[in-house]
Amino acid sequence: MALVLRLRKLCYVEPAVKCSSVGFQSCDDQTKNNENKDEIFNLSKVEESVSEKRRKKKKIKREAKEWSCINYCCWAIGYICTVWWLLLLLYHSLPATLPGFKVPESPGARLRREGLTALHPVVLVPGIVTGGLELWEGRSCAEGLFRKRLWGGSFTEIFKRPLCWLEHLSLHNETGLDPPGIRVRAVPGLVAADYFAPGYFVWAILIENLAKIGYEGKNLYMAAYDWRLSFQNTEIRDHALSRLKNKIELLYVTNGYKKVVVVPHSMGVIYFLHFIKWVESPPPMGGGGGAGWCAKHIKAIMNIGPAFLGVPKAVSNIFSAEGRDFAYVRAMAPGVFDSEILRLQTFEHMMRVSRTWDSIVSLLPKGGDTIWGNLDWSPEEGHNCNLGKKRNAKPSSSENNLNLSDGTKAFIEQEPVKYGRIISFGKAASELPSSQLPTLDSKELLRMGFSADFNLTCGEVWTEYDEINRESIRRVAEFNKAYTAQTLLDLLRFVAPKMMQRAEVHFSHGIADNLDDPKYAHYKYWSNPLETKLPDAPDMEIYCLYGVGIPTERSYIYKLSSSNKCNSIPFQIDSSADGESGNCLKNGVHFVDGDESVPVLSAGFMCAKGWRGRTRFNPSGIATYIREHQHKPPASLLEGRGLESGAHVDIMGNVALIEDVLRVAAGATGAELGNDRIHSDIVRMSERINLRL
Amino acid sequence: MALIRRRKGADASKNSVSGSKEQSGSAKEEEEEEDDKKRKQRPKAKKSKEKSKWSCVDTCCWLIGCICTIWWFLLFLYNAMPASFPQYVTEAITGPLPDPPGIKLRKEGLRAKHPVVFVPGIVTGGLELWEGHQCAEGLFRKRLWGGTFGEVYKRPLCWVEHMSLDNETGLDPSGIRVRPVTGLVAADYFAPGYFVWAVLIANLARIGYEEKTMYMAAYDWRISFQNTEVRDQSLSRIKSNIELMVATNGGNKAVIIPHSMGVLYFLHFMKWVEAPAPMGGGGGPDWCSKHIKAVMNIGGPFLGVPKAVSGLFSAEAKDIAVARAITPGFLDNDLFRLQTLQHVMKMTRTWDSTMSMIPKGGDTMWGGLDWSPEEGYVPSKRKQKSNDTQISKDDGTRSTLSESESVNYGRIISFGKDVAEAHSSEIERIDFQGAIKGCNVANTTCRDVWTEYHDMGIEGIKAVADYKVYTAGSVVDLLQFVAPKMMARGSAHFSYGIADNLDNPMYNHYKYWSNPLETKLPNAPDMEIFSLYGVGIPTERSYVYKLSPSAECYIPFQIDTTVDGEDEDSCLKDGVYSVDGDETVPVLSAGFMCAKGWRGNTRFNPSGIRTYIREYDHSPPSNLLEGRGTQSGAHVDIMGNFALIEDVIRVAAGARGEDLGGDQVYSDIFKWSDKINLPL
Repeated sequence: MALVLRLRKLCYVEPAVKCSSVGFQSCDDQTKNNENKDEIFNLSKVEESVSEKRRKKKKIKREAKEWSCINYCCWAIGYICTVWWLLLLLYHSLPATLPGFKVPESPGARLRREGLTALHPVVLVPGIVTGGLELWEGRSCAEGLFRKRLWGGSFTEIFKRPLCWLEHLSLHNETGLDPPGIRVRAVPGLVAADYFAPGYFVWAILIENLAKIGYEGKNLYMAAYDWRLSFQNTEIRDHALSRLKNKIELLYVTNGYKKVVVVPHSMGVIYFLHFIKWVESPPPMGGGGGAGWCAKHIKAIMNIGPAFLGVPKAVSNIFSAEGRDFAYVRAMAPGVFDSEILRLQTFEHMMRVSRTWDSIVSLLPKGGDTIWGNLDWSPEEGHNCNLGKKRNAKPSSSENNLNLSDGTKAFIEQEPVKYGRIISFGKAASELPSSQLPTLDSKELLRMGFSADFNLTCGEVWTEYDEINRESIRRVAEFNKAYTAQTLLDLLRFVAPKMMQRAEVHFSHGIADNLDDPKYAHYKYWSNPLETKLPDAPDMEIYCLYGVGIPTERSYIYKLSSSNKCNSIPFQIDSSADGESGNCLKNGVHFVDGDESVPVLSAGFMCAKGWRGRTRFNPSGIATYIREHQHKPPASLLEGRGLESGAHVDIMGNVALIEDVLRVAAGATGAELGNDRIHSDIVRMSERINLRL
Repeated sequence: MALIRRRKGADASKNSVSGSKEQSGSAKEEEEEEDDKKRKQRPKAKKSKEKSKWSCVDTCCWLIGCICTIWWFLLFLYNAMPASFPQYVTEAITGPLPDPPGIKLRKEGLRAKHPVVFVPGIVTGGLELWEGHQCAEGLFRKRLWGGTFGEVYKRPLCWVEHMSLDNETGLDPSGIRVRPVTGLVAADYFAPGYFVWAVLIANLARIGYEEKTMYMAAYDWRISFQNTEVRDQSLSRIKSNIELMVATNGGNKAVIIPHSMGVLYFLHFMKWVEAPAPMGGGGGPDWCSKHIKAVMNIGGPFLGVPKAVSGLFSAEAKDIAVARAITPGFLDNDLFRLQTLQHVMKMTRTWDSTMSMIPKGGDTMWGGLDWSPEEGYVPSKRKQKSNDTQISKDDGTRSTLSESESVNYGRIISFGKDVAEAHSSEIERIDFQGAIKGCNVANTTCRDVWTEYHDMGIEGIKAVADYKVYTAGSVVDLLQFVAPKMMARGSAHFSYGIADNLDNPMYNHYKYWSNPLETKLPNAPDMEIFSLYGVGIPTERSYVYKLSPSAECYIPFQIDTTVDGEDEDSCLKDGVYSVDGDETVPVLSAGFMCAKGWRGNTRFNPSGIRTYIREYDHSPPSNLLEGRGTQSGAHVDIMGNFALIEDVIRVAAGARGEDLGGDQVYSDIFKWSDKINLPL
């Protein structure tokens, strides 16, 4: 009976395959037969001899059945494969350009026709996470991965051996350098960051366009460095800064004494800021290039998506490993993150690994309340959140003005968002006037105990949260409801004492009162534009090129995590907190204008005000230019990531930006590009910031 | 075959099964006739019709499905296999493998000390496209040379066009920019799985080397050495990188490891760097002694290789251009063969660098008509030493061989076997130099291929053949005769003579810098020069040529592959005389400078730089699992030789030549060197 049933089941399943074959036909036949048999069987159980005959027949049929089932699978697979290959063949034989679909001419080819040719050597400085890392020495679990990419590329190792992968990408949590027995190094050369993953370009398009006007290996250099380390450590461990200095000098000499154009991106911007201070400082701390080094070797610095004053994303990343897309890691394994079971462990691991990376600390908001606003005030207040979206919807810029006035009118009626409170616990806390907020002196915070109560079962995954008393964690949330850029650092010092201790040797986040104070000769200040002077290079030019028109994370509403298990991160972004329509609050995050990662304020302030003209930060009066690029999402799928995108990484494929870079590389000055090009409120915002210049 | 068999089997099984189905059907019929007489008939008819349909397209699909599934399954198994699995298998068969030298020396306590610079040789470095013609669209920054060579098959003519250089300037043709790949990836693997530097790099990494202490001096190996500086500033980059590495590694001088043509390139570099600008690098007279600890030449063709001659003469070197290895099918196929060779010749003749390897030193070094330093060489001796199990049967023949007349290796090219063996007095030679080249009789259809042979008429070709025998000295004249444009270009960059007076100011010109017989070594008494090379493999030394039967449109000369020695162990095989060497470079070329030319204080080595010879006896891999062997002496495979790697690592970690044990010699290099009469 069971046999008959199984046979029938198979036959019922198969019609779904819809195969018009003999096998199927016979199957159908047999179904009928079986049905008949069933009937007969049920009706006349007594006829033993008949049933025995049937059994024999069944046996025969069964063989036939099993044969056909395996074959169906094979047949189906073969069918699919063949179709797949056919399509693949068609795709490959397709001409690169379909006759109907006109590919817009690349800016490189266009400018070449205009007569632009390679003049100044170009140095590219990649940012955080985009550079590839490869293994040079590892534990036994990483066998066979010598000189294979651990970071960048296809990331197959994450899936194959995730814990091994995490172990190798972590740094030593006390020194911030290699753990013993592990050496992971930056991939050198242009391949380091041309593509982050297959098909996901970072620098590739810019490189291709530069090549069109004559650039090649001898006048194009990618300053790859290990982006996990603090900047000074890249020199101590890998001599990365010395190499960069040497390369720039070589490029300068071998290209007929033409100064270089430096194009840093994202964190590369502050890395290069560190470099220009380093190179002019005397050894052993600095590179000993002498006071005129920058003036002699650098024509222009074209900062793309600069994170001069830090990014709020870094805060949420360190605090709860929850940056919306700060690390692409999240994008790579979205399924894992969303699954409730695996989720917390994943975040824990992420946090554990990323907290060993000193470089993230360099991206914490700099300048404290003066720049980022305090409990009641922020430079962005009055920002209209619909602005970006409306602009997105209507690409034609002529309508922007209309939208602007509309939006502002609508907005004024609302109470301004308090962006200054970068972290607030609960939505109410983010909106209350400051006088009603309970406050806790930050020093008091630090005095709170570290009495550990972590239980041993979870000792395996190490985050510093396990060493903090749960009680004090609660108090963090309750006694001080809102944290500004300044008190935030105290908060982080409390929740991640070791990391901050390690990293604060390398980075500083304040504002200098007196730049001539000899203490500012220390390297920890070099990457903070508010605590260093630009070099004495009056002919140099500094550009800030960034995208605007995309909502960018600015401040967060947190809640205590509901689960109180030992291994969980106790804080979570309160994604239930949403503003009314037209508000900037969404899923517990306040948004402002920016390029999706860096708010306009951080990207533009130094060029708009901090360094504009002759200020104390820019004593030699280096010219600064702001070139904003309004974000336009790709019109169709065929455009890929868009030719006019303003997003943090996608902007590297922005045609207008590439044109700017090419023109400067071919010898143009900022004035020839058309000086500033501003879409956002950066000038007004900067004016509100009360910084002594 | 397997496919067909499988398919048949499938059909058969299908038939049998459908037969059984039918059987069962008929059985059913008998029994249940009354029940469904009418119902049965229709489906049966249908069944037979559908059966034919199934057997056609569907069987194919089924077959493909089967193959795919099995393939995936195997692939899955392969990927799921632990990485060390092949090693286990090998160990199970051959017994435990020795530790790789890196691990062994690490246990001994060796650590990275001196920065290391690799100088790759010809053909092993990758080249990538930076600007190309229409046909090469989409190949931007893709490798044209090295890697998978996928483009050779996809668009061969386009590929040849992009790989060729301008045949007048020796630089880029207009609109094409092909540039060397930079970084260690430039030459770690030549093709997937075919290592060049990778094993050495991996072993150096074990004792602590990494990117900051290793540098691959990649350069465009197609163009002449000085042009790499003119076009790419390659020499300046090497200088600057060495300076940087020495400075950032606490003043430890660099250890240079050039391979093959890289040896000559680095020789050129050492002269260039101390020569004053603008021709030189302006490093000053003590640059080398300040920055270089040792030069460890691997398989260095100091005095050139005979292969280069046959390569230039008839594009037929057994493997000088790996191009031939890439397309063996094409070359062996008679239909495509000549055209392919012509394209290869057209391409390689635009590469100036091949001319750097034409035998240098003329008859003094390579032997005259009746004399050669290697004479009396017994080819099977080396084999005997290296692997007695395989060659034991040769014992009998060896004694007869030594009695036979010695081979005239000095005649690098001879036309006909009898000429190759005859005594010099018996050969009638007609000077070709004055011969009229004749006018171009080639028909226009083959004009698109440029090999310069089309500029020659029958008379010229006959004149070349009539001269009968060419020694190293006259080979240069021969090449000048058959390929005047190429040689005119090349002689501006390379020279093949021996200097009488090294102080003559004319030797300041860069064309002499890559010839060790026309330059002095730098003034760096603390420096050491090693010559590391494999021995024990028959290596091309001289050729027997014939006129090609169809001389009109094709390359008019061919190696006479029908010519063989009397017995199996003769040095003559397929028209090629071989001597001891590493398959590409004869021992003489690799070892002479270190054995005699530079040994002690000579006029070529005024500061008395110490030289060491480290020979590695070739023993082929004992089984397939060993891959290319850990004791190989072949020109490229030697880079995976454990003994050589150990030597390199020891020197990089600070050892000196004496610490390695001084010379290590298996061949007759010292005897041969003594025979060479060169004033020192």
